[in-house]
Amino acid sequence: MRTTKKNTYRNILIPFASVAAVIIIWQIVAVYVVGNTFKLPSFTEVVAAFITDMFGSRGTLPEDIAVSLYHFAIGMAASLIVGIPTGICMGWFRDIDIALNPIVEIIRPIPPLAWIPFAIIWFGLTHAAAGFIIFIGAVFPIIINTYTGFRNVPKVFIEAGKVLGCTKNSSLITKIGFPSAIPEMTAGIRVSMGIGWMCLVGAEIFGAGTGKYGLGKNLWTYYNLHQMDSVVVYMLVLGVIGIIIDILFRHYVNKQTVRWQNNME
Amino acid sequence: MAVVSVQHVTKLFVRDEGEPTVALKDVNLEIEEKQFICIVGASGCGKTTLLRIIAGLETTTEGSILLNGSPVEGTDTDRGMVFQEYSLFPWKSVIDNIAFSLEMQGIPKAERREKAEKYLKIIHLEQFRDAYPHELSGGMRQRVAIARALANEPKVLLMDEPFGALDAQTRNVMQRELLEIWAETQKTIIFVTHSVDEAVFLADKIVILSPRPGKIEEVISVDLPRMRHRTAPKFAELRKHILESMEKSATIR
Repeated sequence: MRTTKKNTYRNILIPFASVAAVIIIWQIVAVYVVGNTFKLPSFTEVVAAFITDMFGSRGTLPEDIAVSLYHFAIGMAASLIVGIPTGICMGWFRDIDIALNPIVEIIRPIPPLAWIPFAIIWFGLTHAAAGFIIFIGAVFPIIINTYTGFRNVPKVFIEAGKVLGCTKNSSLITKIGFPSAIPEMTAGIRVSMGIGWMCLVGAEIFGAGTGKYGLGKNLWTYYNLHQMDSVVVYMLVLGVIGIIIDILFRHYVNKQTVRWQNNME
Repeated sequence: MAVVSVQHVTKLFVRDEGEPTVALKDVNLEIEEKQFICIVGASGCGKTTLLRIIAGLETTTEGSILLNGSPVEGTDTDRGMVFQEYSLFPWKSVIDNIAFSLEMQGIPKAERREKAEKYLKIIHLEQFRDAYPHELSGGMRQRVAIARALANEPKVLLMDEPFGALDAQTRNVMQRELLEIWAETQKTIIFVTHSVDEAVFLADKIVILSPRPGKIEEVISVDLPRMRHRTAPKFAELRKHILESMEKSATIR
């Protein structure tokens, strides 16, 4: 009982206090040291801007969140649809690995934002253009982790599968390779979602998208309007949504696999 | 007629450089139904290779394996295998591991679980039905691996040093249990081990392989009644004979 109380204190109160301390210091520095809203908006100004952007008649924050999540969904869906089969084929079939590896290694180091001109030329000023940039950022971690996961399937699992009736590649891949590679694959998807979320901001700032809504898009709009309090609002919203996506994903994955993955040697 | 017939099996491992290694040279062996065969030999004598060839996990360079008179090619469900390493699928519970081969046959979930139940009972792990492999001890895992191999109802059960990773105490318990399982299921078992003690305790027939190149040194029928006592004079005598035979084959070369 006593230890539980102590842990609550340590795990909730201390983080709470440290965040509160940062906010107080921020407020003091902004008001009394910097004294310039443009250079550093104070905490209270940011809160006020958040309320205006979220609930005010001219605020577009809800639409921006919806559109950015839509861009993100397009990009992630495409990268899963392309990345997982590619990774599986490269991890399982030696010849496909040899054939595709140089292509992947040439394209992979190109920063995703460098694709923006072509994204706009190919897809126009559409949601798909923004989705494409996210796709470029997200697809490689998925390919590489799926590949590694399938490469590292323990030989004894494959042999056990063979003597137990998996005589074809297709059944070995679905019944042995896939479940065995799941921990690696989910780790890859998690990384790719982080990268995809980062690419989103860049893609929208540089004009991919329909040009009206989007968290990155309007973060930039507010910068041009010199409304730095709203810029901070958008930065914080981007961060919070990024964390929420990560937590939801981890929660989902844990529910699916934690039973067998826990304490695995 | 023999269940398993090993006919003139030679196996070369070709490496990029140097002479190919002769793992097995002209091995012939007939295994009768319901027999318990142990293959013993020093490490590197090719005993595991021979077992893997019978399983279909390796090909022969020359010669063939006949199962009930017809040659085998590749793995099939008529030969079950228990590996030395822990080979249970960590993502499946005990009962679903046992039912895996039934799953591969396309039997519906409820039905295959019911069938797997029988083998769960044989290995006395009913209370671990829904546990995952990481929750089991080494001995339990190998028992589940045996049940998983048996659930397929193979004609022959191949075992590659299945108790090699277990401590001596657990190992003795497992050997006794295996004999009970064998008596209950009436399977033909081919069991590879480097432990002479284990072989004398378990086998109807002990095949001694000599190393480099691997060939059959001697085949010994063991007619001691079961359960055998490790401390009995006849047991010790047999063990001594096999050890000497292995030593001789190792020193000649």
